[in-house]
Amino acid sequence: MIIAVASGKGGTGKTTVSASLAQVWGAPVVAVDLDVEEPNLHLFLRPEINSRQQAWLEVPRVVEGACTACGACSELCQFKAISLLGEVLLTFPEMCHGCGGCLAVCPSGALAPDRRELGEILWGRAGEICFLSGQLRVGEAMSPPLMRQVRQALGALLAAAGRDAIIDSPPGVSCPAVSAVMDADAILLVTEPTPFGLHDLALAREAFTPLGKPLAVAINRAGLGDDRVREFCQRENLPILVEIPFARQAAEAYARGQVLASVSDEYRQLFSQLAQDMRQLAAGEPARERLAAHA
Amino acid sequence: MPEIVVISGKGGTGKTSVTAALAHLAEQPIICDLDVDAPDLHLLLQPRSRRQEEFRSGFEAAIDPLACQGCGECQTRCRYGAITPKGEIYAADPFRCEGCKVCVQFCPAQAIAFNERHCGRWQISDTRLGAMVHAQLFPGQENSGRLVALLRQQAKALAKARGQALILCDGAPGIGCPVISSLSGVDLAVAVCEPTPSGLHDLERVAQLCEHFRVPVAVIINKHDLSPDRTREIEDLCRLRRMPLVAQLPFDEAVVKAMLAGQAVTEYDDGPISQGLTQAWQAIQALTRDRRAA
Repeated sequence: MIIAVASGKGGTGKTTVSASLAQVWGAPVVAVDLDVEEPNLHLFLRPEINSRQQAWLEVPRVVEGACTACGACSELCQFKAISLLGEVLLTFPEMCHGCGGCLAVCPSGALAPDRRELGEILWGRAGEICFLSGQLRVGEAMSPPLMRQVRQALGALLAAAGRDAIIDSPPGVSCPAVSAVMDADAILLVTEPTPFGLHDLALAREAFTPLGKPLAVAINRAGLGDDRVREFCQRENLPILVEIPFARQAAEAYARGQVLASVSDEYRQLFSQLAQDMRQLAAGEPARERLAAHA
Repeated sequence: MPEIVVISGKGGTGKTSVTAALAHLAEQPIICDLDVDAPDLHLLLQPRSRRQEEFRSGFEAAIDPLACQGCGECQTRCRYGAITPKGEIYAADPFRCEGCKVCVQFCPAQAIAFNERHCGRWQISDTRLGAMVHAQLFPGQENSGRLVALLRQQAKALAKARGQALILCDGAPGIGCPVISSLSGVDLAVAVCEPTPSGLHDLERVAQLCEHFRVPVAVIINKHDLSPDRTREIEDLCRLRRMPLVAQLPFDEAVVKAMLAGQAVTEYDDGPISQGLTQAWQAIQALTRDRRAA
């Protein structure tokens, strides 16, 4: 079973919820950080890293003297990563998406595979929790290729043992965010009761609904703004599985690097209930709404 | 003309609230929302649209089910897992397709069309705080730097046409393509950071990114009172990387109240956070002036 924790807006509490869910999951679980641009899950779970591997993307390299300047490669390339300047073939590896088209189409063996570093994949352990993360190299523009490799690594981990997975996704609703939730059995959207939270929740609902996976909402900092997020969820039939009350104590614990589920018994119970509800949701059972009593 | 972009690495640290306040204090700059994935600045500025354009970029494969002979060449060639069998034939998944054209090129039955992608919409609007250039990508589209570059171009043209001296941009979270595209050649990046482990970690990465592209960075610490210890660590990082710290803003519910009222926080009241932002704006002006002079 794979649970993805996502959100349209950044900073709503995806990492807090992911780390807390992993801590109270109560069954073998892999906590996965797919926010490869700004991975933060390790800062809270503090795993012991026992393996790290560089991740690469195949890019073309020109073989000296073999090019006939036919232009087939530059004509095919959609990303301006290879260009014929008169008789001279130039490559721009940082533009390359690694599709392999130029290598396949070249009739004269003038291109050979080279590689560009995307970042790193890390494996570790935090107590009972198995940890997996991708970290994009600073300066690298493309996160989807690294995310694909982390997802493959997750596939291998899940195939080897009966584990569940909790995915901490990148913010937003564009390609990286959608590809992070693609393998999930259920998606938990974390939001906050503010106009920004509402607007980006509506975008996330629109982006993720076509995937046909069960969706549910966690409202963080409940009581801070207004009731429009609740009204929106009711109107759109999005079950609210938890409302995490706004509390300075929680914000300060987060600032210290504490996992919210370990701050107090109340928080622990809140997340244990959420874990149980997410399991049911992923198993295709109807979700039970749980609203806090603040309003 | 100076171009300033507000970034953060980590999402939700207060970029958009800071941008709106700076726009208010800057008195009618050209305003540009470069978070084309999940833009929020319009919620504070209530833009009135003057011009709307479609954004098309890249292509996607579409297999004609009548022409497909089911050989599977496309699936073998595709490196994005975008092609899956569907009965006897194959289908392309637009969410996974990167538009590389390899399947189109190698399909022996020439059964694959290559259609231009309609990725979003951009517009130029009037707001009470200045003219605004903004956009919305459609959900699931590639968050390309191309739209970011296009918006910046439009903002420059608008600034020139209107004789405006300043372009103020709200950036996207992260350090990937859209952020890189928003940084190239700007005069100053203002990084909004909160005193948390994530805030510090992500500030460090975004500072490295700015150094890589030789963009000077000024830092605003938001909600500094949440953790004096982390705030000190951010101060240390600023000293180490020679990033001027232009403001330390307290946690203040006025930010959410202003948001609910659809206002910049400096329009909403003149409490501690507004005073901090006024001071930040003065320091930012001095920094861009010095840089111009140099």
